Amino acid sequence: MADGILVKQLNAWFGAAHVLKDIDLSVTPGGLTAIIGPSGCGKSTFVRCLNRMHEVIPGARATGTVLLEGDDLYAQDPVVIRRRVGMVFQKANPFPTMSVFDNAVAGIRLAGVRNRARLREAAERALRQAALWDEVKDQLGRSGASLSGGQQQRLCIARALAVEPSVLLMDEPCSALDPIATAKIEELMLDLRRHLTIVIVTHNMQQAARVSEWTAFFLMGELIEMGVTKELFTTPRDSRTEAYITGRFG
Amino acid sequence: MTTRGRHVKSAAIGGLTAVAALVVVTPLLLVFGFLLYQGAAAVNLDFFTHLPKPVGEVGGGMANAIVGSLILLALAAALGLPLGILGGMYLAESQDRRLPLILRFLADVLNGVPSIVIGIFAYTVLVLPMRRFSALAGGFALAVIMVPIVLRTTEEMLRLVPRTLREAGLGLGLSRWKVAVRVVLPTARAGIVTGVMVSIARVAGETAPLLFTAFGNRFWHGGLDQPIAALPLQIFAYAIAPYDDWHRQAWAGALVLIGLVFVVSLAARVATRGRYSAAR
Amino acid sequence: MERHFEADLQTVRERLLAMGGVAESMIRQSVQALVGRDESQVQAVLAHEEQMDLLCIEIDDRCFTLLALQAPLASDLRFLVGGIKINSDLERIADQAVSIALRAQGLITQPEVKPLIDIPRMATLAQDMVRQSLDAFVRRDAELARRVIEADDEVDSLRDQVFRELLVYMMADTATIPRALALILISRHLERIADHATNIAEDVIYIVRGEDVRERGDKELRKGLRIAAH
Repeated sequence: MADGILVKQLNAWFGAAHVLKDIDLSVTPGGLTAIIGPSGCGKSTFVRCLNRMHEVIPGARATGTVLLEGDDLYAQDPVVIRRRVGMVFQKANPFPTMSVFDNAVAGIRLAGVRNRARLREAAERALRQAALWDEVKDQLGRSGASLSGGQQQRLCIARALAVEPSVLLMDEPCSALDPIATAKIEELMLDLRRHLTIVIVTHNMQQAARVSEWTAFFLMGELIEMGVTKELFTTPRDSRTEAYITGRFG
Repeated sequence: MTTRGRHVKSAAIGGLTAVAALVVVTPLLLVFGFLLYQGAAAVNLDFFTHLPKPVGEVGGGMANAIVGSLILLALAAALGLPLGILGGMYLAESQDRRLPLILRFLADVLNGVPSIVIGIFAYTVLVLPMRRFSALAGGFALAVIMVPIVLRTTEEMLRLVPRTLREAGLGLGLSRWKVAVRVVLPTARAGIVTGVMVSIARVAGETAPLLFTAFGNRFWHGGLDQPIAALPLQIFAYAIAPYDDWHRQAWAGALVLIGLVFVVSLAARVATRGRYSAAR
Repeated sequence: MERHFEADLQTVRERLLAMGGVAESMIRQSVQALVGRDESQVQAVLAHEEQMDLLCIEIDDRCFTLLALQAPLASDLRFLVGGIKINSDLERIADQAVSIALRAQGLITQPEVKPLIDIPRMATLAQDMVRQSLDAFVRRDAELARRVIEADDEVDSLRDQVFRELLVYMMADTATIPRALALILISRHLERIADHATNIAEDVIYIVRGEDVRERGDKELRKGLRIAAH
């Protein structure tokens, strides 16, 4: 079950700094949308506004409308929102005091699920979806932090998937990983879409070209252009997009 | 600088740091050694099981003082630890601007208040209304000393937990307090336990506040609302007395006191070790 | 690890094969129109032309998209670049077949100049070369591709033979000149088809081995290079 997101006139601030300006954009359900742009363009901030993690930072605020299948995210309890819109972060952050199994089910267990059978089933399902099951199925009791970097990130993906969100946000999920681990996660992304809407922030344009169906280009807090990935990368409409993609600036 | 010069300098600094470490450890070893030397002879089974003998008689022990110290520590912990840890959690997690600042300042001030003043405070608040000295008052005074230590170290340890872990918890759709209790607290467990042990070690040896709260007792205490013996008090009383036998018992008491703190620390470490320690 | 990209490459492979199959049919049908004096075959060839154009555009677009979005390297890159070139050669082959069919159409109603032996032989050879070059492409068989390149010589000599024979007829009876010329031109078209099949074979060798074996002097030099490479 994948949901679409409609963003209208989204503005965001860090204190007095206006970091997102009048963003209007639509995320297609069941698709993979990439957000690209140079450092500081607001792409991470944008994505964090989609699951209301932006406002967690002291001094940060956002205005505008974000609709998830018609529901106004900013009119609901953020805790509930974050169960529908999951997130994977740049640096893998498995809970260090928990085992692989505990990490995988942390989201549902800490929310109150106690039934051991349900937890086991959820863990296996999530770890399989994250293409990690075969590597850890005999060592579920291992510390979450004892896995390799790529495995840790897949564990974080499993942890997010276990909550069964309808949208998964990924904030530069591969930037701390080597090419092979990155390739595994990219294949994973391609497998996950359809029954999940994915939004990925990446500073690696080739990655956006490889995996996404739609791409949005942000620059200095503004949405410059958004379109079907193939068109954006071969015949961009805006000259700034072309300059960024061809590497002629920043 | 030449390679040789660099090596010489490196070795010199290395040597200096080793010497510094030795200088720090030496007093600890000397004290312990001295205590062992002076007190080991008097530490026997009687010491742990008998009550003090009447004035002038040889022999007897400090059983009541040992038990009394343990009871006072337990009371102090029961009162002080929850307050300190919860307070530390509040200071670390709160996003309020003013209140945490004030609290922190007050805690630091309280930390610096002489323990005898805290004793007087406890005397006024508990002993006078109750019209008697009591273990409760002693425990209360010790708790007041413990709270700022536990509070500040808990806060510091919680702050050391990386923000990314909190974000991970929040990102899963967990409420802030759940993240604080089930994710952040366990991760900081080792550090918090250290803070707790430091505070216990500190209050275990406090004598002044107990002078007019627990007061001391030659016999077993009759209840928590009665005066109670404590090792520091007993050591004090014996040390200033003119009897050699009591002097020896005072040394033994000091040795046992340090041993007590050591055992409690060890037990706390063992009891709270997690299966996986947080990488720090 | 099965790559999603592999599925995309496989699709390009399949589309090129489909295109090759249509090209082969067009060659056969165009010569059949001539030999069998069959108007319906001419129409069949013209119908296929449109199909070929669409395939050509589709394959170019697929290859271009994959190059743009996947930034392929090594064998994947050679495959896609080679694929674009093969696509172009197949399209030219189709054009040549259409030209043959149109000339054949003009000859259907006219009497025969001479029994047709060499031209059908050339057509068979050209068809085989196209099919084998595409087989070599699918099987990544550089050896088979090399044999296709060598087969070009026979087609060239058949073209020369057709020319010499028809020249005799033209000198004997000037009335046969228009028809004989048409036949000579048809043989030229078939020879061009064989050349394009040779190009495809060269592209296959590039894809498989990364070697560029295009003509760089005369045929003898090329033969020498091939012998040296083994």
